[in-house]
Parts: sequence; C-alpha cells; structure tokens
Amino acid sequence: MAAFVVTDSLKQLIGHKEGPIVFKVEEGAIQRYAQAVGDSNPLHSDIEYAAGSEWGRLMAPPGFTGWPVAKGFDMFKVVEKLIQAGAPVGLLDGGVEYDFLAPVGAGDTLVAVVNLASIEGRETKMGPTMVTTIETTYTNQRGIVVLIARNTFLNF
Amino acid sequence: MVKQIYYEDVEIGSEVTPLEKIATTRMLVQYAGASGDFNPLHYEDDFAKNLGVGHPIVHGLLKRAWLVNLMIDWIGAKGKLKKLSCRYRGVDYPRKMKTLDEPLDGDTWWCRGKVTRKYVEGDECLVECEIWVENGNKEKTTTGSAVVVVPSKLK
Repeated sequence: MAAFVVTDSLKQLIGHKEGPIVFKVEEGAIQRYAQAVGDSNPLHSDIEYAAGSEWGRLMAPPGFTGWPVAKGFDMFKVVEKLIQAGAPVGLLDGGVEYDFLAPVGAGDTLVAVVNLASIEGRETKMGPTMVTTIETTYTNQRGIVVLIARNTFLNF
Repeated sequence: MVKQIYYEDVEIGSEVTPLEKIATTRMLVQYAGASGDFNPLHYEDDFAKNLGVGHPIVHGLLKRAWLVNLMIDWIGAKGKLKKLSCRYRGVDYPRKMKTLDEPLDGDTWWCRGKVTRKYVEGDECLVECEIWVENGNKEKTTTGSAVVVVPSKLK
C-alpha cells in the first residue's frame, strides 16, 4: 500500500468555488429550528424576550444560517467535480469543524461561498486515500464573516 | 436559567453537565422540515434499507446541534461558543412513536463532555472540551471537540 497520489488534474481544482448561496435568516425559521433541535433558550424562540436582550432581536442557535440549512450541501458539487477529475469513488464523511465568528440573528442575509481548500494524499486503513477539505464561508450583509465550516471528505 | 460557570471553577477533567436526548421518528421529521434536509434516509424504511443502514437514521447535523446545545447550556449566558467539531462514527436509530407525542420505550442518548485544556489567549479565557453523543449501549456514535470562551471572576 501507498499514499494516494494527487494528480495534476485534481490539484487544479484546489481553489474551485461554488456559490454564492444566499440565505435569509427569518424569525419563524429560527423558532422552528430551535424547537426541532430541542434548544430551549428563549433568545431563539421568544420574540419579546429577545427584543429586550442585549441583541434586541431573535438570535439563531450557532450553526443555523437560515432555511434551508441544506443549501450548504452545495459542497457535494465539489465532491462530484473531484470524482469526475479522477478521485476514487469510495466516499466517507470525515466530519466537520465550525468556527463561530459572529452572531447571526433574524433579519440577517448571509452569503455563503464554498471553496475547495486543500487536497492531501494519505494512506489509511481503506488503502490510498484522498483527504479533501471544503471550506464554506458565511458573510453577513455588513461584510462580517460570521461562520466558517470546514468539511472533510475521504475518497478511497 | 443555568448557573454561570467561571474560568476559575473549571478544571482539566471537569465534566460538562450531561444533556439527555431521546431521538424519535417524529423528531426526525420535525428536524427535516426545520432544516430543509429532506433526505428520505431519515424517514423512509425501504430507502434506508436499500442504502444498507436497515432503518431510517438520525441526521448527523441533528446530533451536531445536540452537541451545540450541550456546550451552550453549560457555558451559561456569559459564555461564548467559539469552535465545535464533530465526526459521525456510528448510526443511531430513533424510537418509534406510541402516541402522537410519546415515544415507545427504547434508547436514550446522552451528550457528554470533559475539559481537556484551559488557557488564556489575548483577553479571552478559553476552555477546550472533548465532547460526544453516546447511545443506550454507551457507544460514542458522534465524537468531537469544542472551544468556548467563559467569563473570569477576576475581571
């Protein structure tokens, strides 16, 4: 066995972007999400309470970027591109890492851009494996980056 | 509201206050609607069977949201969640419903965490934790870590 060799046609995709994806963060969507995940903090559900808080409005639980959150799945378009360029078709979700950089609340508009940040060749128990990091950056209407999500995928 | 924790009270090895969760089929449908993730893997038996997981499974992102809950509840109103990462290591099957809103007997999940590091960076007091979701057999089906900012009694 050996480490996966990252070919030039794969390397060329580093820096490939998808998006921009626009998210409107709405009050009702925040309330429904908080209820669905069992978050009982009134800052995410009680409009009056939130209005009287230091934020002055309903805030989103960390990780909620507006409905549908699933729009962020555009990262899978990058994975498809990699497979078209010769990446192994075996796919494992290697997990996700979030940097919560600024609060998100009702009325915000977020713009997300998906970026293929890095490709690395490794040897794992599955054999030669390509490890890809896809970074999604969410910026609000004031130009502030509020969230960076880094997803790792393993192709083997 | 939960009691506020302070940097000085946290020790390496301290336990994050555990959070109990019971995943149900109803909850998964509710999460699908609220998140917009309508993958039938999370609500349709045959679809899940064909994908080789047997039955509909709990959304990975829902388990991530539980871990966010765990940390936010623990750090209190003055704390701030800075980073959270997780990996999905095993699938979880929700309980089915007995009545409109009451699940059948079955698995109960616990979100847990342990402090692994505490340090000061700039003017922030940071605490790093190992976090996980554990199923009824005490298997860690989702594992990860979190970095939080907590207030200091000295400021």
